[in-house]
Amino acid sequence: MSDQRFRVTTDPLDATAVARIVASADCGAIATFTGIVRDEHAGRRVLWLEYEAYEPLAIKSFVRIDEEAGERWPSIALAIHHRVGRLDIGDASVVIAVASPHRPEAFAGCRYAIERIKQICPIWKHEHFEGGDVWIEGATADPMDDEVRRMAFAQCS
Amino acid sequence: MLVTIRLFARLREMAGKGELRRELPDGATARTAWDALVDEFPGFDDYSKAVSCAVNQDYARMTASLADGDEVAFLPPVSGG
Repeated sequence: MSDQRFRVTTDPLDATAVARIVASADCGAIATFTGIVRDEHAGRRVLWLEYEAYEPLAIKSFVRIDEEAGERWPSIALAIHHRVGRLDIGDASVVIAVASPHRPEAFAGCRYAIERIKQICPIWKHEHFEGGDVWIEGATADPMDDEVRRMAFAQCS
Repeated sequence: MLVTIRLFARLREMAGKGELRRELPDGATARTAWDALVDEFPGFDDYSKAVSCAVNQDYARMTASLADGDEVAFLPPVSGG
């Protein structure tokens, strides 16, 4: 059975539902992060985005991010849902929920997860803007690069 | 050996499809497969420095050895989130 904490889906995302997955009686905090499709990027007027994933590896990247975050913040529970396909302005592209007994670990784990997704997760956005389209290319996906991983941790302290 | 090659985003568009089958020599690595693609498709060499790879749906190094039936995926720089 697939782990409902980690999903790649064409369905609209529901932050409340993702938060519910990680909630438990001993957690006093849940932090959620929602990434939203914006109408502007690099001076271009964005019309919509098309997300593409290498789904089995994307799921494994989420599991890996969970393991990395769990080493640093052992008390957290983490879920990541990422949407693919065509997304319009205002649609949620990614939802992260992190539960923990206290708020610092929930905020930190949430921040770490989004930074790490942007570094290693095999998902790509194809931006359709007024006048053309372009594949957005960010980071070389190398989860073994410890220097890059340290940069993600540095965002969380 | 016969391997399946998976391509994504701009690499997929430049190759015209997301899944290819290619015959590679014994002892081939992910790098061997990549070099063959660079010879075959104009534009791929632009990605030789930034590309990363996965073998059988796990992150791998370009030095990873391939075997008959393997799936090797080449990942252009990612932009999820």
